[in-house]
Amino acid sequence: MTRDRGWLGIAGVVAIGLVLSLALSERYHHRILTLVFLWATMGLAWNIISGYAGQISFGHQAFFGIGAYVTVLLAAKLHLTPWLGMLGGAGVAVLAALLIGTPTFRLAGIYFGLATLAYPLIFRILMDFLGYQEVAIPMVRDHPVLFMQFEEPRTFDLLALALLAATLVLSRLIETSRLGYSLRAIKENEQAAEAMGVDAFRCKMAAYVLSAAPAALAGAIYAHAILFVVTPDGVFGVIAIVQTLTVCLVGGVGTLWGPVIGAAIMIPISEILDATAGDRFPGIQGVVYGATLMAIMMWAPEGLFWRLLRRPASVARATPVVPAAATAEAPAAALGPVQLEVRGISKAFIGLQALADVSFEVREGEILGIIGPNGAGKTTLFNVLNGFLLPDRGEVRWLGQPITALRPHLVCRRGIGRTFQVVRFFPHLTVLENVMVGAFAHGDAPGAARERARDALGRVSLAGQADTLPAGLTTLELRLMELARCLATSPRLVLLDEPLAGLSSDGVEMMAVMIRRTRAAGVTVVIIEHTIQALVKLADRLVVLDHGRRLAEGAPGDVTRNPAVIEAYLGKRWLARHGPDHAATLRP
Amino acid sequence: MAASELAQYVVTGLLVGGVYALMSIGLALIFGIMRVVNFAQGDFMMLGMYLTFYYAVALGIDPLLGALLNIPPFFVLGLLVHRAFLARVTGGGDPNREMDAQLILTLGLSLVITNATTMILSPMPRSINAPYASKAFAVGPLLLNQARTYSFATALLLAAAVYVFLTRTDLGKALRAAADDPEAAGYQGINVRTMHGVAFGIGIALVAAAGGLLASYHPIEPNVAVNFIVLMFVAVVLGGLGSIPGAFVGGIVIGLVQSLTLLLLPLQLQNVGVFVAFLIVLYVRPQGLFGRRARTV
Repeated sequence: MTRDRGWLGIAGVVAIGLVLSLALSERYHHRILTLVFLWATMGLAWNIISGYAGQISFGHQAFFGIGAYVTVLLAAKLHLTPWLGMLGGAGVAVLAALLIGTPTFRLAGIYFGLATLAYPLIFRILMDFLGYQEVAIPMVRDHPVLFMQFEEPRTFDLLALALLAATLVLSRLIETSRLGYSLRAIKENEQAAEAMGVDAFRCKMAAYVLSAAPAALAGAIYAHAILFVVTPDGVFGVIAIVQTLTVCLVGGVGTLWGPVIGAAIMIPISEILDATAGDRFPGIQGVVYGATLMAIMMWAPEGLFWRLLRRPASVARATPVVPAAATAEAPAAALGPVQLEVRGISKAFIGLQALADVSFEVREGEILGIIGPNGAGKTTLFNVLNGFLLPDRGEVRWLGQPITALRPHLVCRRGIGRTFQVVRFFPHLTVLENVMVGAFAHGDAPGAARERARDALGRVSLAGQADTLPAGLTTLELRLMELARCLATSPRLVLLDEPLAGLSSDGVEMMAVMIRRTRAAGVTVVIIEHTIQALVKLADRLVVLDHGRRLAEGAPGDVTRNPAVIEAYLGKRWLARHGPDHAATLRP
Repeated sequence: MAASELAQYVVTGLLVGGVYALMSIGLALIFGIMRVVNFAQGDFMMLGMYLTFYYAVALGIDPLLGALLNIPPFFVLGLLVHRAFLARVTGGGDPNREMDAQLILTLGLSLVITNATTMILSPMPRSINAPYASKAFAVGPLLLNQARTYSFATALLLAAAVYVFLTRTDLGKALRAAADDPEAAGYQGINVRTMHGVAFGIGIALVAAAGGLLASYHPIEPNVAVNFIVLMFVAVVLGGLGSIPGAFVGGIVIGLVQSLTLLLLPLQLQNVGVFVAFLIVLYVRPQGLFGRRARTV
């Protein structure tokens, strides 16, 4: 979607809202319209943290309720105008989001969702306990406008529409910013995002805070337009979060338009049902919302917007990658100073010693291969080096500084990039956007990051695929894309985890060219492989791991003749029969 | 405070915790085997309370027996619900999306059950007047409410039966295999989909039985589900999501915390104590008291 269409869409929503507000005359219709705007706002607020960032919050009505309670209590106790009071409510909600988010974002996935359930329940019990079971909005007849008490029901829909418009603009700004890309990357694959320099915790906190404020304002307006008497059940209750979830899920998650569409459909239906059948069947709204949630999950879990209005982005291929002609390869550079020092790293998982006292050095400008049979501890080593794992013992130093305890995004920003054994891409971002996530590591604005990403794609001959989704790429292209994403972080050293796995011989050739080019551009390369053949030609030096220990280190030719290495790969009996000089099978 | 008073609170907490433990085991079993967080678990408990109530009112069946009689019909109901709804929801192959989709599906189911029950049976609370509900055993200085003591004992027996079933029988082993590695289990001839249905059936049957036990001393109303589902989530997360022994201990701990909170806070704030304990545990040990921290790359 282009930039302008987004803003035009927001203008369109506001225009339709204005027309409806002016056209309708009955008080009851205005009530429904106000509710549509408010629940669309609430849905958009939820969408910021749960849609973009993928952190499903089941307790978002906590902020809605805080907004309502703070505003009304300030008016009732301190005689403060709700126009200021609602800002106070939003402030308290932001503070609450910081307090709630700090411990809760330590939890991943489902744990986060379950923990968020607890907060509105706590607030609800506290409000009961403090004696605020029913807080009436004080009537102020001499200053109705100052106290948000309008005779004219249209005023409330205009107020709610203004809030909706502001929330749409906020969401749009987030979508197109660095934060928006980071959030989507976190949703798709949090670890890959962190390895590309995204500070996942801070991004989630930012999204949470930004989603708390509109929710609180919606709560404050809801209290004045609809409730008049604020009760714990009315604002912290289950139905508030259920309506929020329903409008988002029906309309579609992760888009501006989903909550608006969902609210426009669901709120009138449920209000009309409640008005016509609510007396005879208390709970009919709950049944309708519940059945809608079930039906949507069974038949259109992506929501109506994605199902009906938007074709899935093209996965069609533009042009296949043409293997670049093997450029004149730069000769192995003279070994530079030590960049990375690994000293005595040990790491055990329950009962399994994955790494035992591993030490080696990486020198600037070299291609270092780390080989070893499956289960030798190679990937664990990378996970320690890039900050995913904390070693039990030992130290990693980078350019003389210890980086052992640094979190992955900081390791990335210091100049160590990595790829993964199984390519970790962000499936719902285009190839270009995938690479942009890496380009953001140095704080670029989106425009600059896009340029840097295009440049990185060009360097791996993947520019033609920039606008496709990763699902349409071959294994080779995925690996190249991941390499480009890693290079876009402007690393001084890259950790490549089995970059040749699963590639055809042409693919291996192509990848080798890219790796040499990377080194020629001044980037140190550390590669993991479990087949020696592939690395002997490529690497300047090899480190051999077996059962978590460093078995050998040296030039490829020496290492492949080392009896201990042959034994690890081929077994004692083979060695006894053939002797170390016949280790031809290990050679290329 | 006298030591005997403290002991009284501890004993009361333990007795209540036994029933929480049984309902939490059902939830943990469903999560452990299917990776589904069942929001509707509290609603099946509520339905179990009603069925036990009607056993007692219409047929004069004691709620302790009624609780056990809940097991067969709710097992079948669980199989049907799994077949009709849960088995149809997939996340398009993405395990996280599948989990979210199923979570929201069960949330919808929970809303339908609570509100349909309100519509059909009215929100009016009911209760079973079990003759022993207001009597107590005196053990030294301690008083043990009889209904709670019987419920505790029954819950313990059922939990032990589940444990034996899972560790000693072929079906139990097949269930655990389906949980550990669905793909490998499939290659061994285990029908993973059927196993998921069986797990859901057992989970629902256990929580319905727990509901029956609870009905011997707790009022029965459609909204009872909301409060208990949160307690169950807390217990299961405390124990380490998916760990059955963990959920058992988690349930007991919830009972104790609820009871001991009364020493510090007024009755209304009882569950605040539980939630705060929950949040502290999450903060200190996100993997739960018994879970292992797993991190794979």
